[in-house]
Amino acid sequence: MNNLIPPPAILIVGALFVPLIKGKLKSAYLLLLPVLAFVMLLKMPAGKYWVVHVLDYDLIFGRVDRLSMVFGYIFTIISFIGVLFALKVEDDLQHVSALVYAGSAIGVTFAGDFFSLYIFWELMAIASTFLILARRTKASQDAAFRYILVHIFGGLCLLAGIIIYIQNKGTIEFSYIGLDGMASWFIFIGIGLNAAIPPLHPWLQDAYPEATVTGAVFMSALTTKSAVYLMARTFPGTELLIYIGALMTAIPIFYAVLENDIRRVLAYSLINQVGFMMCGIGIGTALAINGTVSHAFCHILYKALLFMSTGSVLYMTGKIRCTDLGGLYKTMPLTCLFCMIGAASISAFPLFSGFVSKSMIVSASSHEKLVAVWLILQFASAGVFHHAGIKVPFFTFFGHDSGIRTKEPPLNMLLAMGIAAFFCVAIAIFPKPLYDILPYPVHYVPYTGAHVVGQLQLLMFGALAFCLLILSGYYPPEMRAINLDTDWFYRKGGRLFNNVVDTVLNRINAISDRLIARAIPVWLGRLSRTPVTSLLTLYVKATGKKDLVIEDLKGDTRPEATTLLPMGVPVLISIVFLFSLFVLFVFLT
Amino acid sequence: MKKELKIFDRPENVKKFLTAFYISLVVLLIVDLFIPKHGDFPWENIPDFFAVYGFVSCVSLIFIAKILRLLIKRDENHYE
Repeated sequence: MNNLIPPPAILIVGALFVPLIKGKLKSAYLLLLPVLAFVMLLKMPAGKYWVVHVLDYDLIFGRVDRLSMVFGYIFTIISFIGVLFALKVEDDLQHVSALVYAGSAIGVTFAGDFFSLYIFWELMAIASTFLILARRTKASQDAAFRYILVHIFGGLCLLAGIIIYIQNKGTIEFSYIGLDGMASWFIFIGIGLNAAIPPLHPWLQDAYPEATVTGAVFMSALTTKSAVYLMARTFPGTELLIYIGALMTAIPIFYAVLENDIRRVLAYSLINQVGFMMCGIGIGTALAINGTVSHAFCHILYKALLFMSTGSVLYMTGKIRCTDLGGLYKTMPLTCLFCMIGAASISAFPLFSGFVSKSMIVSASSHEKLVAVWLILQFASAGVFHHAGIKVPFFTFFGHDSGIRTKEPPLNMLLAMGIAAFFCVAIAIFPKPLYDILPYPVHYVPYTGAHVVGQLQLLMFGALAFCLLILSGYYPPEMRAINLDTDWFYRKGGRLFNNVVDTVLNRINAISDRLIARAIPVWLGRLSRTPVTSLLTLYVKATGKKDLVIEDLKGDTRPEATTLLPMGVPVLISIVFLFSLFVLFVFLT
Repeated sequence: MKKELKIFDRPENVKKFLTAFYISLVVLLIVDLFIPKHGDFPWENIPDFFAVYGFVSCVSLIFIAKILRLLIKRDENHYE
């Protein structure tokens, strides 16, 4: 495989040259990198290559099989779309970090050993942090700080697991791990944090809405889905994931209904969608894994489309809250259309991409007779349509007219959205090419009469509920507020810890400063200058004999400070002391 | 200045839209009666099961969310 360049290297090394290129050439260069990476992918046959021998270990940078290949394809496709969307951004920091981020996600996908995996994993966390920082607001700086802290915690869990794993197994290669023993639990938590499994999820809805308009597109695609890939690789069929996944689909939708920031609504629905994937991995049958992988593929496209269309609104109007927006279909009809295609896809409407992928996971749950899980997944499917499918487009583009008059975003942004929207519809109408690249052979037929009508009923009667509740005024009004989530524990907890440590440690510090640094040396100094008076004062203070007349004692004492011991005496004492220590030391050892 | 779209500014258009929506709901309810079904669970084969489930799901979603709001809603500067 000497004639091929590893795709992660193309993006990561290529990114470093971005600041050196200017003007139109830069745009062409940016777009070329993901295209080149994609071409390399097409030429990569299954197998293990780019093996580097380091310190008795083999680093495998190219583990290519059907599972890693699907994720490789979609990560390069979305990198191209993301780069196109961000083409006009005049900020090299964002271009470089986005490309390094995408390259690292592809690196994670093809890593066949734990060392290279860990390096790409951490690189991903660092590069993505800059996409939040690049927004350059106080809120984004704070969010980026929390984001990187949480990811360092997750990364350390993963590292701890990896070290124990290598210690136990003696190899750095990995494939299926399964929940068994301490190493696997640490690895599970490390991956699970990036997949945003509850209660480790709040970094996602905290950070993504604070990222830059274009950065959020990359973030929505890469971090969680590379974790989905890794989870599908290492923990398929883990029963715990079924229940975690089911919870993950249900809990965020309540938050999404209440949330005011549109991109935060999308962040919650992202967690909900990854929940379906976790559930599929947990079920672990061929149908479920196919469903998970294809759903990750479709999800990356429609979620990026939703982040692009709402990002365009933020870019053009500077506003992103439901309470500030409304009626934008009048001036941004194309963006509105793209948003609605994304919304229909995430809701799994027939003829939109979610329908041909998510239903595989739901069917897998019913084939396995998981009654409660199936009911929750159906509830969550209706709920997704409710908040991501209706709420996002309704409050942004319809609803009450906010009076905002703007125009469509620049052409490159519209094109990027157009490509993503095209994929969303094309995959749904011709699912075969996607089904052909899935890990297992597909025998699933999404378009049956019962399935289409059942799904339409579920969604349309969910829409009826929205309609009736809005018209009757029962729908919870959008309001500027924060909804507490599990990040409360580290945001408030961190502050509490800081205050406690501040109070306790600084008080100890102050006391030792007063005693050891000031009072005791002063007293010792006085003692050496006027030993008798000092000792007497101490004696008087201690015994309370206030009537003791100093004059009575004068006869017994030498005059102060005139007859101090000769210099040599303390030196002699010290030497004797040191010598005795030395003797003691010699005899003891 | 480009011409603005204003279709939903007219109440009669909103009304038309809603009417079309309600008609499609009725059509869905009727079509479902004639569709052959082979669900894994017996209740999947009950006519119009998904319509009821979708509606009940969304109504309960909203009511639970409203209760949840009482517990978790804080001022926007809560973390400042």
